[in-house]
Amino acid sequence: MATKLKPVDVVVVGVGLSGTILAKELAEAGLSVVGLERGRWRNTNPDFGMPHAHDELRYVKRHELMQDLSRETISFRNNANETALPMRQLGSFRPGEGVGGAAVHWGGLTWRFLPWDFETRSRTLARYGKEHLAADCTSQDWGVSYAELEPHFDRFEHLYGISGKAGNLKGKIIPGGNPFEGARSRDYPNPPLKMSYAGSLFKQAAEKMGYKPFPSPSGAVSQPYTNEYGATINGCVYCGYCQFFGCEMGAKASPQTAVLPNLMKQKKFELRTLANVIRVNLDSAKKRAVSVTYVDSRGREFEQPAEMVLLTSYVFNNVRLMLASGIGKAYDPVANTGVVGRNYAYQTPSSVTLFFEDKIFNQFMAAGGMGVTIDEFNGDNFDHSGLGFIGGGFFQAATSGSRPIEVRPVPRGTPRWGAEWKLAMAKYFNRSFPITIQGACQSYRGNHLDLDPTYRDSYGQPLLRMTFDRHENEHKMSVWLTDKAAEIAKAIGPSKINVTPRTEKYTIVPYQSTHNTGGAIMGADPATSAVNKYLQSWDVPNVFVVGASAFPQNGGYNPTGTVGALTFQALQAIKTRYLKRPGLLT
Amino acid sequence: MEEAGGRRRFLKSAGALGAATIPAAAGAQHAGHTAAKSEKYMFLSAAEVAFLDAAVARLIPADALGAGAKEAGVTYFIDQQLFGGWGAMAKMYRQGPHAEGTPQQGYQSPLTPQEVYRAAIAEIDAACGKQYGRAFEKLASGEQDQVLRALDEGKFPLEAVPARFFFNLLLDNTIEGFFSDPIYGGNRDKIGWKLVGFPGVAAVYTQHVEKYGVPYDALPISIVDIMENRAELDETGHPKHVLLVRKD
Repeated sequence: MATKLKPVDVVVVGVGLSGTILAKELAEAGLSVVGLERGRWRNTNPDFGMPHAHDELRYVKRHELMQDLSRETISFRNNANETALPMRQLGSFRPGEGVGGAAVHWGGLTWRFLPWDFETRSRTLARYGKEHLAADCTSQDWGVSYAELEPHFDRFEHLYGISGKAGNLKGKIIPGGNPFEGARSRDYPNPPLKMSYAGSLFKQAAEKMGYKPFPSPSGAVSQPYTNEYGATINGCVYCGYCQFFGCEMGAKASPQTAVLPNLMKQKKFELRTLANVIRVNLDSAKKRAVSVTYVDSRGREFEQPAEMVLLTSYVFNNVRLMLASGIGKAYDPVANTGVVGRNYAYQTPSSVTLFFEDKIFNQFMAAGGMGVTIDEFNGDNFDHSGLGFIGGGFFQAATSGSRPIEVRPVPRGTPRWGAEWKLAMAKYFNRSFPITIQGACQSYRGNHLDLDPTYRDSYGQPLLRMTFDRHENEHKMSVWLTDKAAEIAKAIGPSKINVTPRTEKYTIVPYQSTHNTGGAIMGADPATSAVNKYLQSWDVPNVFVVGASAFPQNGGYNPTGTVGALTFQALQAIKTRYLKRPGLLT
Repeated sequence: MEEAGGRRRFLKSAGALGAATIPAAAGAQHAGHTAAKSEKYMFLSAAEVAFLDAAVARLIPADALGAGAKEAGVTYFIDQQLFGGWGAMAKMYRQGPHAEGTPQQGYQSPLTPQEVYRAAIAEIDAACGKQYGRAFEKLASGEQDQVLRALDEGKFPLEAVPARFFFNLLLDNTIEGFFSDPIYGGNRDKIGWKLVGFPGVAAVYTQHVEKYGVPYDALPISIVDIMENRAELDETGHPKHVLLVRKD
């Protein structure tokens, strides 16, 4: 029997990137806010302290900062004809666990999706016609435009102290930045990170080919920076232990460095860790959330009543809690009805690795998001006529940290063990670098999330079931993009290259990216979206669902910048409109 | 591995400090098997240790480049990993029902890594006994390679788990043991890091990151070095690397 607690104004489920910002802002506005976090408290000191911070086995292979699957996982199948089986160990993606969520171990690349990304369907139809989209492609418009989100991108970049260079300032193209980005009201708050040798070679070759390379925008902050919350993020020291690690310097933008110092001083905020929310409780009409039920570390159940519920956990738990609680109608891919679980998408990463006989790159001197990028082949920045696919991705000469357990570049054809492998590894570990391609992923009728009929978590709740494979559009796109990147690679003059497009059946085994999207998507039409343009549930308006779960499909970028913008989009709607007049925002 | 013939190497501090002191043997190649006395096996039996010593020595052999996985203590590393949380699937989902699933669905065995090693090694040794009349460790290296290749290609008949599943686990753990911090018992004398030129625990690289194409031949620093006060630290808590630089 659950213990019923004293009601509060707002309960925040998941204290990560979105949850910390919303909690801080609403507590400061005078609302009583409780943050419920399934994991534990974590902070720069002592959790990410030296020397243990620099331990590749612990963080990359034993997943110190990531979800403990013994308590909770997902099940997976490639298509509805298979039986989903539980993901028993982490592989393809690495969700976080604990205060700060995945924004503790994120890699730092902080993008704004292109204006085109928010209108994928309508702009594709307008430019290429209906036959250019696969019949079962369910990619759609977001119900919000880039222009509407621009102030929120700007605010998030300034909160997180992002390092980069503007390419389009209020419509004026700025040399050295990304000329394809949507117009921005301000430059990045911090200058770009230093440029690596790999980046400099890529830049030269790309410029010669007529492309417009620019420094990748990064949450590894290039100099000490104090943000609007009074939090100071330190300057990056290029140690190269960034993605999958916490930052010992407090130099990576994260809830810990950018928001928590302020949030934890808010008198109206209370954090409860090791509190696993299993359900949002609705009124009998299923039109209003009245409370959430959570289980603490002693197995005790609590019911926390609240006027508003903000679901701000990772994609999977946002969707699972909606399904488990009956918030909105579950998606049925056969009948093509319902919305919750619809349009699950991912990323289509690929790469070209360059090998040299005589050049040393020291790719272990690095920072998250350190690199040089071109954006000519992203979104609809190029003509797709006759190509047979939509979407694209950025190409980046990446210097994000080479450590030898996970980064083992050897030329194709090298055996994967034995003396020949050892020789190649010894030679090329420091004489190679990758061009990585962050390919987009469209949504399809068959790719979706629902509740598993068989497998349960340690709280007795059904696991979320993922049904997913990339389609022909993604494979064609990946081959085409990767070939384009190979042209640049060849111009740099390596002795060998590995060209690795993504064409195989999707597998959850090797790491690809923690860029899972969709399932609680935003849109203008309640028939095809779970939340409106303010991230508010169409069906239960005192529930907001914030995160990459709202992406109707995934763009050719890392998602974090856009998640940040959506967080401020929801915040503005809540603060300026919802609180004055609770109800469905139109 | 960077040394060109005849060139002498001189020690120079990577940081601002002038007078770094280097342990006498720090730069030397350690070809011998120098197991520390503190290395006591917790999980593996003597027969399993013999099997793994032989197997990892084929996966990453000792050769002209220097020591291999056996000399790096990879078998001991695997022992420690199997005995610890990972070997018992501490952070993995273990509930049934179990099914073999598709390759895309990943690890589905009900066996923990501990159990996988125990079962697979016994089966492989038994099969080697039948085919060659000897356990795996007693085979000639060419024969050992044949067995490992058959496992890698999924052609070796194993009952407990698919052959390739075991091989992938073994190879993965071998690479981990060769390149992880020596605190876990492998990468002894930082053999793996020295082979590829990885400095281990990072220094502050702000002043180095734009030195394009300049080799950074640092004596690798491990977590153990820092915990045992064998590395000088800067004010940020990062080690000051000692660089081996050519004087030409």
